[in-house]
Amino acid sequence: MQLLESVSAMSSTGLMVWLLVAIPLASAAFLLLAGKITDGWGHLLGTLAPIASFVLGLVLFLQLLGSPGDDRAINVDLYQWIATGNWTIELGFLVDQLSILFVLLVTGVGSLIHVYSIGYMAHDERRRRFFAYLNLFIAAMLVLVLANNYLVLFLGWEGVGLASFLLISFWAHRPSAAAAGNKAFIVNRVGDLGLSMAVFTMLAMFGSVRFEEVNAGVANLSPTWVTLIGFFLLLGACGKSAQVPLQSWLLDAMEGPTPVSALIHAATMVTAGVYLVVRSHVIYEAAPIATTAVAIVGTVTLLAGAWIGTSKDDIKKVLAGSTMSQIGYMMLAAGLGPVGASFAIFHLITHGFFKANMFLGAGSVMHGMNDDVNMRHYGALAGPMKITALTFGMGYLAIIGFPFFAGFYSKDHIIEAAFQQNTVYGVLALIGAGITAYYMTRLMMMTFFGKKRWEDGVEPHESPLVMTVPLIVLAILSVVAGLFMNGWIQDWLAPTTGQEPHNTPLVHFTTIGLLTLAVVAVGVAIGWFLHKGDIPREAPATKNPLVHAGRNDLYGDALNEHVIIRPAKGLSAGLGAFDRGVADGAVMGSAAVAAGVGEWFRKLQNGYVRSYGLTAGVGLLALAVVVLIGQLA
Amino acid sequence: MTFPLLTVLALVPIIGAIVLIFVKGQVGKLVGYGFALTTLVLGVLAFILHTQGAALAEDVSWIPAIGAHYALDLDGMGAILVLMTVILVPVVLLAEWHVGDHETARWSGSTFFALALLMQGLALYVFMASDILLFYVAFEATLIPTYFLIGGYGGPRRRAAAIKFLIYSLAGGLVMLVAVAGVYAATAAQGSPSFLIGDVVGLDMGTNMARWLFVGFFFAFAVKAPLVGLHTWLPDTAEQATPGTSTLLVGILDKIGTFGMIKICLQAFPEATQWATPVILIWAIVSMLYGAFMAFGAKDLLRLVSYTSISHFGIMVFGIFALTTQSITGSIFYMLNHGLSTAALFLVVGFMIRRRGTADIDAYGGVQKVAPVLAGFLLLSGLSALGLPGMGSFIGEFLVLAGSWQRYPIHIAFLVLAMVLAAVYVLRMYKTTMTGEVTEQVTTHVTTDLTLREKAVVAPLIALLLLFGFFPKPVLDVADTAAQNTMATVGVTDPAPQAEEGN
Repeated sequence: MQLLESVSAMSSTGLMVWLLVAIPLASAAFLLLAGKITDGWGHLLGTLAPIASFVLGLVLFLQLLGSPGDDRAINVDLYQWIATGNWTIELGFLVDQLSILFVLLVTGVGSLIHVYSIGYMAHDERRRRFFAYLNLFIAAMLVLVLANNYLVLFLGWEGVGLASFLLISFWAHRPSAAAAGNKAFIVNRVGDLGLSMAVFTMLAMFGSVRFEEVNAGVANLSPTWVTLIGFFLLLGACGKSAQVPLQSWLLDAMEGPTPVSALIHAATMVTAGVYLVVRSHVIYEAAPIATTAVAIVGTVTLLAGAWIGTSKDDIKKVLAGSTMSQIGYMMLAAGLGPVGASFAIFHLITHGFFKANMFLGAGSVMHGMNDDVNMRHYGALAGPMKITALTFGMGYLAIIGFPFFAGFYSKDHIIEAAFQQNTVYGVLALIGAGITAYYMTRLMMMTFFGKKRWEDGVEPHESPLVMTVPLIVLAILSVVAGLFMNGWIQDWLAPTTGQEPHNTPLVHFTTIGLLTLAVVAVGVAIGWFLHKGDIPREAPATKNPLVHAGRNDLYGDALNEHVIIRPAKGLSAGLGAFDRGVADGAVMGSAAVAAGVGEWFRKLQNGYVRSYGLTAGVGLLALAVVVLIGQLA
Repeated sequence: MTFPLLTVLALVPIIGAIVLIFVKGQVGKLVGYGFALTTLVLGVLAFILHTQGAALAEDVSWIPAIGAHYALDLDGMGAILVLMTVILVPVVLLAEWHVGDHETARWSGSTFFALALLMQGLALYVFMASDILLFYVAFEATLIPTYFLIGGYGGPRRRAAAIKFLIYSLAGGLVMLVAVAGVYAATAAQGSPSFLIGDVVGLDMGTNMARWLFVGFFFAFAVKAPLVGLHTWLPDTAEQATPGTSTLLVGILDKIGTFGMIKICLQAFPEATQWATPVILIWAIVSMLYGAFMAFGAKDLLRLVSYTSISHFGIMVFGIFALTTQSITGSIFYMLNHGLSTAALFLVVGFMIRRRGTADIDAYGGVQKVAPVLAGFLLLSGLSALGLPGMGSFIGEFLVLAGSWQRYPIHIAFLVLAMVLAAVYVLRMYKTTMTGEVTEQVTTHVTTDLTLREKAVVAPLIALLLLFGFFPKPVLDVADTAAQNTMATVGVTDPAPQAEEGN
């Protein structure tokens, strides 16, 4: 086999890259196929797999660090996947400055979430299967970020979509979970239309989908097609990253177990759209209109997500709205052109830490509150759940951009870059920061402070060590990641983003930076003031159209229902009637005749064989006649 | 004379069918299964020999008066479809092992086996014939065993369905017969009458004649690989026939349609092909959409699966007539994978229906809880049907879409909607049957998960789909060569990449 040959001929580096993906994939396959006999220890194997990948990723990272700056990309072609006509598409991986950061994020945060899940899923009888799906996700996500061409990227892209579907609908006996899984997959498929058409266009235009060949070819392509590719890719990114107008699936996706929300729907998979845009920066540099569209989508989503975050009582949905919003920031940054690309990735990584931290924290709270997600039933949980509250607090300070915490650096850069590009983006991003501060303060107040509003019999308790240790690690990262990466990440990413590094010192307060802090302070103050008093256990009815819209996900579902789903169902029903009536009508008529004829045949000939024989005989006769005519002609 | 492998390959199952007239019962089924496995070995051998360039052609004069030959050969596309045929028959026989035990069955299980083997042998003749008359005779002869397979086993209204199937097929066949006669007339007019495809290719028969003959053949093939309007026999048949019969029908026999379009329509009538292409492309898109929307609204699980096939045939036909190397390669590769994929879907759904006793989709709910393996296989088959990357069907569908995009981006912008629509109908089916709380009826009826035999039926199909999804190269190379030959015969070249360096 070609695969075995290429593996055996591979350098040790190549082998590591290949194992990085193969280990979690093999683990997933094993856990699914081996069945019940692995129930006792399957979760441990499933946890070791991403840890092994993380170690391999770390070794590769150190290797890249030790190489000279312009010689850091490692290309590993495994085997020829598809070859037809003048197209050849390799199944190959590319380890470079951009992909290795994702590898570390996915396997690092992934490992922590696996560990956490050992505790969180301890009482679920299908825990082994859960770990198999998580491993499948890790493998697919690694394929996505390591791909060296757009089709392999698409393979990973659809793979994570499948894993996401399986995990959202993990508790499929709940109709809402099953529906949410379907919705996620189908809405993502709409986005995939875009990515597919981008791939088609690349093949038609360049005869290749390899990143370097596509990048090299862009210069020779007409601006119309470059712009179209940009828009196609953006459509794909909108689906995967839950950006307006394909955002509606993410809130429903919270039906999945909380570790899934943390890993897939906050820290890693949903940021794949940002990765796609940054990876395609050469295309976007040649397509200013498409780039502007990216920035607009990001800006709209950062506000829409924040708005939704302000009006939800379900703690996971607040965090989901917040995720949309934060990815909106990343998109905005990616849409600012070369200036913003590395800031987008910077924020993506810090967000991966603090949002995973908060989601897992929310899971810990739910664990102590009998799986209740309604914040109106919480209150004063800082007492019984000290570690959870403290680690959550670190995430809170990071996301609102408290000085020297992770989000302070990454978000500030985006807001400043937005102001440089266009004041409108800047102002809107600034407003978004204020709203973020408000809804996160609201969440903190309703959950950890104020008066306790638990029902009798609910006894909140701290989660076991296996869950709190990952929280502590992520909390530390939420605090220090910005300090560590701030000065380094731009230089590191420069070769893959085409960006000239700016000088961004650690302690540096610009006018815009100070303004941002002021807006955040106002948001925090309002959030504190409005939620320091009594909070009713039932959501009060509201006439405020803003709150009403927020509670209903800004009517995204209603829009889909009326514009797409109902017309499609109507069309389907109409076609059904057509199929029975018109298309089949003629045939049913002939079938009635046929049945009559058949009846007659049976009476006449008494058997199927003969009736067929007669028909065949007629056919042969016709043949003979035609042949005769042919001879005569 | 060398060993006539192709004749032996086609005759083994037919002999098997004859043997089963005398050997009945459980032994008969085992003997029949032995013949199916022998055919599998021979078919795989023929495929491998073909890839190594062995000369397998056979040519004996058959009816000298009209220039008919008993001529067999294996071209790339034929080799792939032979491979699919020899794989599917043993799978179907294993799935329908107990078909004769049902009260409704008209004949015994060994008769089912005999009919399936007979159909297989005739289908192999169709895929290997290089004489149009031989092709036609085998093509029509497949109707006989198929008719009895539909009429003898399955639901209460199966006889009406069998007749409907027969009428449609005969209508198509008769039109083709006229075209076959026309081929004779055309070659006879050139001096020596012949039905050999090699003699017909490149024959100058006049534009009008060629167009008429093209339409004659295309009509018959469009009934087989049903395009919308000529399709209504398929859902009715699938609803009434056993899932095994439907698999043979949709998996193997319907492929004769797409096979014939490339083998005869494209190669023998290149000018007429290009003349008809604009209409056929639109027709194919409408078929894709129509099938998908019908699958979306279908209440009967078996009808649902058959509508997905109508949708997928639309994609295959589009790929054939888009006339690029990649799209034709994609169509050929898709034929193989669609065969495996539809087989998996029909058979898994069949296992489920056999437990619950009804094909009504609303009679299910929560099956995943009681039969997780069944649920897993249904999901995997469905994922293949919706063209998930990693599955062989993705490679086929992708190459059709991407290959066609080079010429017809606007058309493809519509055809690509198949990706979303397929996700909708597959996941709707999965959600309705498998998820939610377990209903009481499901608990009563679905008491067992898949048996070992049933797992052995579906697992190889899924394994092959995954194999072809990740390692398509060996088979894809064969399809690619076939597509390049077709392109050369038709006299069309691929559009060059538009942004070559130096432009």
